[in-house]
Amino acid sequence: MNAAHLLIELTVFVLAVFVGLEVISKVPATLHTPLMSATNAIHGIVLVGALLVAVVALPTLGPVLSVVVVFLASLNVFGGYVVTQRMLSMFKPREDKK
Amino acid sequence: MLAAANAPATQLWIDFAYLVTGVCFIMGLRYMNTPKTARLGNTISIAGMAIALVATGILLDWAAGWWIVLVGLGAGAVVGIYAARAVKMTAMPQMVAIFNGCGGGAAAMVASAEFLKLNPQTSAVPLDLAITSVLTAIIGSISFTGSIIAFLKLQEVMTGRPIVYPGQQVVNGLLALIAVAGLVLVTLNIDPLPAFFASLAAALVLGVLFVLPIGGADMPVIISLLNSFTGLAAALTGFALGNNVLIISGALVGASGTLLTLMMGKAMNRSVANVLFGAFGSVKTGAGGPATSASGGTVRESTVDDVATMLAYARQVIIVPGYGMAVAQAQHSVRELADQLEKKGVEVKYAIHPVAGRMPGHMNVLLAEANVPYPALFDMDDINPEFPRTDVALIIGANDVTNPDARNAPSSPIYGMPILDVDKAKQVVVLKRSMKPGFAGIDNPLYELPNTSMLFGDAKASIDKLVSAVKTL
Repeated sequence: MNAAHLLIELTVFVLAVFVGLEVISKVPATLHTPLMSATNAIHGIVLVGALLVAVVALPTLGPVLSVVVVFLASLNVFGGYVVTQRMLSMFKPREDKK
Repeated sequence: MLAAANAPATQLWIDFAYLVTGVCFIMGLRYMNTPKTARLGNTISIAGMAIALVATGILLDWAAGWWIVLVGLGAGAVVGIYAARAVKMTAMPQMVAIFNGCGGGAAAMVASAEFLKLNPQTSAVPLDLAITSVLTAIIGSISFTGSIIAFLKLQEVMTGRPIVYPGQQVVNGLLALIAVAGLVLVTLNIDPLPAFFASLAAALVLGVLFVLPIGGADMPVIISLLNSFTGLAAALTGFALGNNVLIISGALVGASGTLLTLMMGKAMNRSVANVLFGAFGSVKTGAGGPATSASGGTVRESTVDDVATMLAYARQVIIVPGYGMAVAQAQHSVRELADQLEKKGVEVKYAIHPVAGRMPGHMNVLLAEANVPYPALFDMDDINPEFPRTDVALIIGANDVTNPDARNAPSSPIYGMPILDVDKAKQVVVLKRSMKPGFAGIDNPLYELPNTSMLFGDAKASIDKLVSAVKTL
């Protein structure tokens, strides 16, 4: 990796930050807890990184830590999404008055 | 393993899949702009994650590591799904904290693996990789141990009160210095391996120590901040691995966490630095000069029947829930009371302060769980003009966010904090266990106003009594 490559990645990062700020600022306060747990699940994408360093012939971290890193990231992804979905299913509009 | 000729083309497709994932995450968050479309948004986000994982699967050495996927991924999925289904909504902040810590810890470990793979003992580490991987390890570690402490505090395994000791700032400053010094040494290729581990150790300890002095009511800020740390760590992992999907996702999360952190700070009229270093609510005995004289005033105690009558014959009632409501598990009873009142033609609205509860938006989730329709939930800015037109403001387990001193008394420690203007309602009813002050440890002159009446007792018991009293009217 060289400086030019690093700059391209930095560009991607900075633009994504601006997209993030733009999108997140439109989320109403009512949904801030689900938003937080949804973004929590999204940073579970580190699972991709965990798999890439763990599931190779000779993992740098050794077998035990490799399992641990995949476990942590996987817990983050699955727990995060399931709890977000559970919360969001509770938000209901006003029912018709009987 | 892939044939060498195929490898570039395959990598191109994988990178394309990662781009789709990034788009899914952005669209998923975009659809969270209304409760109606939020579930769809989360589903799109899940689809994006699935695409990234399948694409990554192509790159893995399954023959060597299939069991790591089976055990690690499998156990993570089982534990994660079980915990996510079992957790009570009141415990949501600690659940989010622990998932956040897992992500931070994983990011730190991935970065460490990348760093160690470079063989820093024998060969010089490229500058860009040195900076990104060591920085990821530092931020991820702070997020990891910090989240664990936040979890323990919220779960009340350890005290929720601030833990302070002399020289706390100095110790934290030194630890931060060690972490940065390690980073600098690695970039200069001076003893990179010991320097790396020194950074890592300092960051792990710093994560513990910087959350210790944070009090319970400041948790919304800390949870948001830790969330943005993990986002940043994930993005930096992307730099270290040269992986765009990690960079994009991490940037989104970092932006979200930062925005929420600033919002929470603003809602408490305190800078983030003040939250981190202020140890708010620890010892307030010395500062209470003029405040104690106010506590000598008289409060009017009311009865269940009086309050029930007042509520039933009102045109509009605004319910102001606080963390006390959640502690008493009273949200379902509150909803029942609102139902009864609506049957009698009373308009019922809920006023939610941004920092009510232990994380941003916590109160909304608790009320949604109790089947309160979300159009009845109002933000502070939307509901405040309504109070002068409101017959009864019913305050359940909220204190500091209703304190008029924040508006009127420049000497008050919470002066300038935006509050709910409940004192402008025609009648104010406060449900409270006792006259004990709130988290900030200050008296609330609201309780001595002539239009305020107090109903003492457990919030849930009081509301249940109110429900049956309203029914008989």
